[in-house]
Amino acid sequence: MIKAILIFNNHGKPRLSKFYEHYNEDTEQQIIRETFHLVSKRDENVCNFLEGGLLIGGSDYKLIYRHYATLYFVFCVDSSESELGILDLIQVFVETLDKCFENVCELDLIFHVDKVHHILAEMVMGGMVLETNMNEIITQVDAQNKMEKSEVSASLKICYLDQIQ
Amino acid sequence: MPAVSKGDGMRGLAVFISDIRNCKSKEAEVKRINKELANIRSKFKGDKALDGYSKKKYVCKLLFIFLLGHDIDFGHMEAVNLLSSNKYTEKQIGYLFISVLVNSNSELIRLINNAIKNDLASRNPTFMNLALHCIANVGSREMAEAFASDIPRILVAGDTMDSVKQSAALCLLRLNRTSPDLVPMGEWTARVVHLLNDQHLGVVTAATSLITTLAQKSPDDFKTSVSLAVARLSRIVTSASIDLQDYTYYFVAAPWLSVKLLRLLQCYPPPEDASLRSRLTECLETILNKAQEPPKSKKVQHSNAKNAVLFEAIALIIHHDSEPNLLVRACNQLGQFLQHRETNLRYLALESMCTLASSEFSHEAVKTHIETVISALKTERDVSVRQRAVDLLYAMCDRSNSKQIVAEMLSYLETADYSIREEIVLKVAILAEKYAVDYTWYVDTILNLIRIAGDYVSEEVWYRVIQIVINRDDVQGYAAKTVFEALQAPACHENLVKVGGYILGEFGNLIAGDPRSSPLVQFNLLHSKFHLCSVPTRALLLSAYIKFINLFPEVKGTIQDVLRSDSQLRNADVELQQRAVEYLRLSCIASTDILATVLEEMPPFPERESSILAKLKKKKGSSKLPDMDDSRKNVNGNTEFVCKNNGVIYENQLLQIGLKSEYRQNLGRMYVFYGNKTSTQFQSFSTSVSTALQLNVQEKPVDPLIEAGAQVQQILNIECVSDFSDTPVLNIQFRYGGTLQNIAVKLPVMLNKFFQPTEMMSQDFFQRWKQLGAPQQEVQKIFKAKNQMDTDVTKAKLLGFGVALLDGVDPNPANFVGAGIIHTKTTQVGCLLRLEPNAQAQMYRLTLRTSKESVSQRLCELLSEQF
Repeated sequence: MIKAILIFNNHGKPRLSKFYEHYNEDTEQQIIRETFHLVSKRDENVCNFLEGGLLIGGSDYKLIYRHYATLYFVFCVDSSESELGILDLIQVFVETLDKCFENVCELDLIFHVDKVHHILAEMVMGGMVLETNMNEIITQVDAQNKMEKSEVSASLKICYLDQIQ
Repeated sequence: MPAVSKGDGMRGLAVFISDIRNCKSKEAEVKRINKELANIRSKFKGDKALDGYSKKKYVCKLLFIFLLGHDIDFGHMEAVNLLSSNKYTEKQIGYLFISVLVNSNSELIRLINNAIKNDLASRNPTFMNLALHCIANVGSREMAEAFASDIPRILVAGDTMDSVKQSAALCLLRLNRTSPDLVPMGEWTARVVHLLNDQHLGVVTAATSLITTLAQKSPDDFKTSVSLAVARLSRIVTSASIDLQDYTYYFVAAPWLSVKLLRLLQCYPPPEDASLRSRLTECLETILNKAQEPPKSKKVQHSNAKNAVLFEAIALIIHHDSEPNLLVRACNQLGQFLQHRETNLRYLALESMCTLASSEFSHEAVKTHIETVISALKTERDVSVRQRAVDLLYAMCDRSNSKQIVAEMLSYLETADYSIREEIVLKVAILAEKYAVDYTWYVDTILNLIRIAGDYVSEEVWYRVIQIVINRDDVQGYAAKTVFEALQAPACHENLVKVGGYILGEFGNLIAGDPRSSPLVQFNLLHSKFHLCSVPTRALLLSAYIKFINLFPEVKGTIQDVLRSDSQLRNADVELQQRAVEYLRLSCIASTDILATVLEEMPPFPERESSILAKLKKKKGSSKLPDMDDSRKNVNGNTEFVCKNNGVIYENQLLQIGLKSEYRQNLGRMYVFYGNKTSTQFQSFSTSVSTALQLNVQEKPVDPLIEAGAQVQQILNIECVSDFSDTPVLNIQFRYGGTLQNIAVKLPVMLNKFFQPTEMMSQDFFQRWKQLGAPQQEVQKIFKAKNQMDTDVTKAKLLGFGVALLDGVDPNPANFVGAGIIHTKTTQVGCLLRLEPNAQAQMYRLTLRTSKESVSQRLCELLSEQF
């Protein structure tokens, strides 16, 4: 099971945090800091797995992470998940973000936190992997956007009518 | 076209985020956030109804503020209102807010459940998915209660959309994890298993996850999934990569689903059906073969996906542990990975090999890779990988290679990362003992351990070396010589001084013949370290000195001078002073015969499980639900406190709780000692006692800070108002390293604590026994002996229970008869008891008569648990 998914930048600023187990706000922030501390001191070219920090469950949990330019993507998982599988999942997540935002960058995550959550929700649900097929994920996200657009334009029409009257 | 066009964001939100990012200081950021929070609050409270767009904007702002680490204590109601909106965007943002911010105990759950119920019934797949997501993410008990029956129906219904089925499967899995009792599978089992045949691979993936979890809990119910999983796996493995279209990931067919299916198969033993078994073996062989094929792509994603499947296949082979052929192939494959240039693969290969080393078929094959593993230990740049190498060396060690492995581990220890030193020390100590053929090697190894990593050598390690030296006389002379030499070093670790003091004190005579290690030289060497040592070590050295007086009468004068000096006789530490005074007197007044008897060599220690192994087990197991284990220990442990008043009632990695208690009539006083076992301060330490009405427990205040390694005491005053059966619970709360710890411990306050023993003559006893003859006054229990039947032990237990034992009352001398009075504030209850052991049948009969039915009952329960 995936216990938490964290994205933070090279300075440790959180850009997304999604916990699939309940912690209070303070603990969540401490976990983010602890995880950043563990991950950021590692060199490039070392392996992508390490034992989790104490707060998140110690050696029974693994942190599986990837570092892309300015961002760390960290998944905290228990022993029931395949390490390489999760690594692929991170890749799918990033590629999906890249398709949805067209060359995704840190700013996209900052200004569209809700979208990032929605995309993630298509892949992981309640700590379990829901879908790994990128095309399927993107189809779902597209469908959401269409609905959104149609609702926005509908409300614009109403405003427009209001003005005429 | 990008799926999210960048222009359509919310302007207000963008401006706010930019503001925050431009803040120069933390204070400015907090100020800006507070301003925004006030603004949003007033908007939510205001008279003007907000349109969907504004609500969405504000909720997004709150999410952003929350992500920055600020508490959000409002907006929940607005979010719940959004759930019932007809507009998708509003509903979606409402659900998002709730799954990020609402915890499972929120009182809003009822309202949320209502909205979810409507959405599940809407037959709109998008809305259904949102609702299922919300259930899976919050996963609370109330939700399980409300929806546990709906979700399986959605999952197996023929007309459910694929994407909804996927969500429903995972949603059910989540509820099963959080509240298994509320999600009975029973009638759905067969249809859920059948989902493995579904057309849509996404549905199969989700269903496999669900079935794996359920199969772990009740394997028999899901046995039929094995054949379906093998069939499915076989189709994937043999398919051409294009067959599975979208589920082919960088030229690998459905890697994720393959991994999940292989995991599911790991819940079961190898299939018994021969054709199924050979089909599975074929699959596994194909996967192993594919690893040898040239890669279809240079991309790392291709090899990752391929190897994810491969590692899972190897895990299944190891789990089955039945096909020697496959095991050896797996081992060779992992051997290749040990030298792969991808660090990840080296890491995983080391990890898998660790489990492979314990299989009898492949242990030898694993051993052939020893040189590679040792070089990994020396050359890997990554501590995670080095740690796996240590684990593997430990796992592959046997008598044939133990010397090499221990030597390599010792040399690695000199440069090892601090975080893993203690574990390596324990491992070396265990291997050295387990595989020691000649014990001189063992002694050398442990002394080396202390020299290289003295700070990480725990007490257990040096206790153990002394136990072994004392029990084996062939190594004693060598040990004395070696510690003597090791102590020559100008700076040596205190642990070495302890071992040295103990061993020379016992066996210094074995090397005293050599003028270079004459008694006086030995003494001067030990005493030169004395002043640099801590109090416990000094105390140990003083004992070594008095042993010297016995071993070597010629140094008696020198040692007496040392003992007599002010720094010993008037030492501020009471233990040291006492030892100095006593030892000095002993050496002055006792004859040589008496000295020789008192200071005789230590007798051999009884053989027991290595304390180091116990420690390593504890260390390894520590992270697995320590609290649950510990509390269980406590519940059982409480019975042992029925007949005694002092001792340790609770212990985990952080905290030890000890007790001393005394009782008089209906009053008791308990001294509770809280010991901080860590090197960090405990903060906000507080306690409370919850108890039944029949008891009054008054707690004296306790210090809110417990320093590292310190112990504080708390006094509890207890009053028994009337007879009771529930033991009080002591709740402890404190902060350790930022996390709040909650511990509940049952306090051993039982009714029998308020006993006053009563002596009486035989005829009085029988008279009272007859008076208490009403049926409800007597309680009798016949039970099997759990421990050995020993008269003295039984006597001690009865006395500890609180009654007076009456001799010569029962005509059968093997029986026990006791009497006492239970004091409570309201009444006093006279109690008589009779315990009849039957040694042949290993049974007891216990009879209690008291003037109160509930008292008889309770005392009988308490006492019958003791034998």
